[in-house]
Amino acid sequence: MRGVSRVFSMSAALAEQPSRRLPGDLFIWYIILLEGATFGVLFLAFAFTRLWHLELFNESQQRLDVSAGALNTALLLTASWCVARAVLAVRAGRRRPGLAWLGAGILGGVGFVVFKLLEYAEKGAEGIGLSTNLFFDFYFILTGFHLLHVLAGLLALGMCGLGLLRQPRNALNAHALETAAAFWHLVDLLWLVLFPLVYVLR
Amino acid sequence: MKLQWLDFIWMALLAATGVTWWLGASGALESGRFIFTVVVFALAWLKGLGVLLEFMELRHAPAAWRWALVAGFSVIVAGVLLAAWLG
Repeated sequence: MRGVSRVFSMSAALAEQPSRRLPGDLFIWYIILLEGATFGVLFLAFAFTRLWHLELFNESQQRLDVSAGALNTALLLTASWCVARAVLAVRAGRRRPGLAWLGAGILGGVGFVVFKLLEYAEKGAEGIGLSTNLFFDFYFILTGFHLLHVLAGLLALGMCGLGLLRQPRNALNAHALETAAAFWHLVDLLWLVLFPLVYVLR
Repeated sequence: MKLQWLDFIWMALLAATGVTWWLGASGALESGRFIFTVVVFALAWLKGLGVLLEFMELRHAPAAWRWALVAGFSVIVAGVLLAAWLG
């Protein structure tokens, strides 16, 4: 008898577990795989090219500001956290906190874009551009390609914010926000490798 | 505001970023000791796991997707670390 009740309590515990699912649209997860693989190839190309041009890469890297890179990392991580909290709030049917978290996340992303553009302007003022040397070819391609993804993520999050405003308060749907959030977290994830690889590795 | 698990993850991610910044700004990686490079990329890997499992909610995703993304990310970080070691 005790065994039967144990089986019942175990099955009840299993039933209470959240169902295993990918948040958002399945299509975005294929995009995440594709983009992750593309950036992965670029990261490895940078890392292995560096082996043949070690002196050039180390010298050039000293012209980058590690603190600016760290600040941008903190901004993206904070923006990602805010967006994750926005998803939780919207799922719980709380629109105002959801929009507030989403707005804070967008603000963090905009901060990243502003600091990145300032960094580019500073490099331009120093006479550094795409054709300066191999290191800066990689620097501009990697960070520029990543910046495009940040802008696309911001656009998607902004559209989700507008969509939330139009939804009836008592029937919020988090699907679109989950989809945009998954892409936004990918943008954050890519920077987590890009920062130590390009700014820190000596 | 009631603290949630995600808030602690965010704080840990920021703390790890602070360590990476310190290692980079202090010139520790220029000392030639490879252990500092290992620490920097181990932190990047742990931060990535935090983002993948908690922010992207892969902890609650089907195992195939979770492992594909975690393994892919791990291979990239390991590859970068291998290149750094060879250098």
